Amino acid sequence: MPIQPPVESPRDLGEAYALLAATHHRPIAGGTDVMVQITGEIGQLPDRLLDVWHLEGLRGITVSEGALTIGALTTYTAMRHSAPCREHAPALVEAAATIGAAQIQNRGTIGGNIANASPAGDTLPVLLAMDAEIVAGSLRGERIVAAADFWTGYRRTALAPDELVLRVRLPIAPDREVRFRKIGTRRAQAISKVVMALSWHLRDGRPEWRDVRVALGSVAERPIRVVATEALLEGAAPTAETAARAAEAVAGEIKPIDDVRSTADYRRAVTARVLQRMIREAGGW
Amino acid sequence: MLVNGDAVEVDVPGMRRLLDVLREDLGLSGTKEGCGEGECGACSVLLDGELVDACLVPICQVDGHVVRTVEGLAGRAVDGQPDLSQLDVVQSAFLETGGAQCGICTPGMLMAAHAFLASGADPTDEAIREAIAGNLCRCTGYTKIVDAIVLAAHSASQPPVE
Ligand SMILES: Cc1cc2nc3c(=O)[nH]c(=O)nc-3n(C[C@H](O)[C@H](O)[C@H](O)COP(=O)(O)OP(=O)(O)OC[C@H]3O[C@@H](n4cnc5c(N)ncnc54)[C@H](O)[C@@H]3O)c2cc1C
Ligand code: FES
Ligand code: FES
Repeated sequence: MPIQPPVESPRDLGEAYALLAATHHRPIAGGTDVMVQITGEIGQLPDRLLDVWHLEGLRGITVSEGALTIGALTTYTAMRHSAPCREHAPALVEAAATIGAAQIQNRGTIGGNIANASPAGDTLPVLLAMDAEIVAGSLRGERIVAAADFWTGYRRTALAPDELVLRVRLPIAPDREVRFRKIGTRRAQAISKVVMALSWHLRDGRPEWRDVRVALGSVAERPIRVVATEALLEGAAPTAETAARAAEAVAGEIKPIDDVRSTADYRRAVTARVLQRMIREAGGW
Repeated sequence: MLVNGDAVEVDVPGMRRLLDVLREDLGLSGTKEGCGEGECGACSVLLDGELVDACLVPICQVDGHVVRTVEGLAGRAVDGQPDLSQLDVVQSAFLETGGAQCGICTPGMLMAAHAFLASGADPTDEAIREAIAGNLCRCTGYTKIVDAIVLAAHSASQPPVE
């Protein structure tokens, strides 16, 4: 039987913050990463855990002040069923539908995906492409970290050890388009070989793209934006020539590795092709 | 917590897996352990009506909640044991189509099938395959399992024949 470290299950956020401030606890939300780490004895095993599952303040999906706000404990199933998520973040809903299978989607949370900081976390490129803001909290109060600053290295985040992810805020931009694509071994239960989110704004119905974001997972030690490729796409229209140049640029900009799931060469070729196709589909040629 | 309708209390470490509580502490060995890592679905149970992998749920999160396992699908005989003459529609359908061979995936498949039928979703091949995508079977090739779920969906929507 796997180890069973001590666990606290606070019923309110103040109590959770106090416990985290007093000693190090590993939070556990849906447990779909933590339980696998404990049972499989992967990485540093936790000395004690903080079960955040009953903190109702971390649930809920709201639309206000020009943003869609999703509580950290929101499950993939809840996102898939949420009308505001489907309306304002269809790419996120698409990503949620590719994660694990029903059992994982019923339990796995967006906060867990964010804090687990796997380079293959499937919602993370979408959050990067949508300029998401991650709201973290501790006894010291709340603070906002831009998604672009959140994942700092291999499985490292900007969170302090006593901080919790409370919610994620996605600005609503009516003129923004977001696309998502995941490449895995099979449709369900597959960790991404490459996962990409692409976004752009269309101003005044003009064909040129503005505020372009190209975000990727599984091609670096953390989820990344490829800023040189973005710069190349900025102000460009989605033509065949643009797509070819962007594909070449992205293949040169990423630094994927060989591992059990794929090879660096495969990831580079697929990333280039996925981006080329997304631009082609947007351009309608 | 409520397990198959019975109020149950256990005194165990909070991080003990729901799977171990069911099998070891409550003697409900119908729920199987395959991988222990959320991949195979052999440990699938319903928690507050939602399909979960019992190997990924620490018991502290089940405190006060409602669990249903494969033992709770059939009606019960007077001795409290599952009554084989009162099988659930999914159980009868698996028997009918040959949806079980070695049986190790079957309890989890039945729970996934049950959750799918309860969702009221249209029983298309695509929807059924998505619903059981988290349940691995090494014997059947899945076709007879899908057939069983289609059959169960149809018999569930039909009034019982006198
Ligand atoms: C079979 C299987 C398939 C999977 N498939 C995919 C997939 O396709 N794509 C994918 O991206 N992931 C996948 N996962 C990984 C996992 O399901 C997701 O990362 C999920 O979002 C984790 O959420 P959780 O609530 O279960 O996190 P937990 O396991 O509870 O926690 C994960 C990490 O985040 C921390 N944490 C959780 N919540 C908070 C919080 N509010 N504040 C601070 N820290 C917190 C924990 O301490 C832990 O380090 C899969 C997992 C399994 C077992
Ligand atoms: S034993 Fe739980 S999913 Fe395999
Ligand atoms: S019947 Fe043997 S694994 Fe499914």
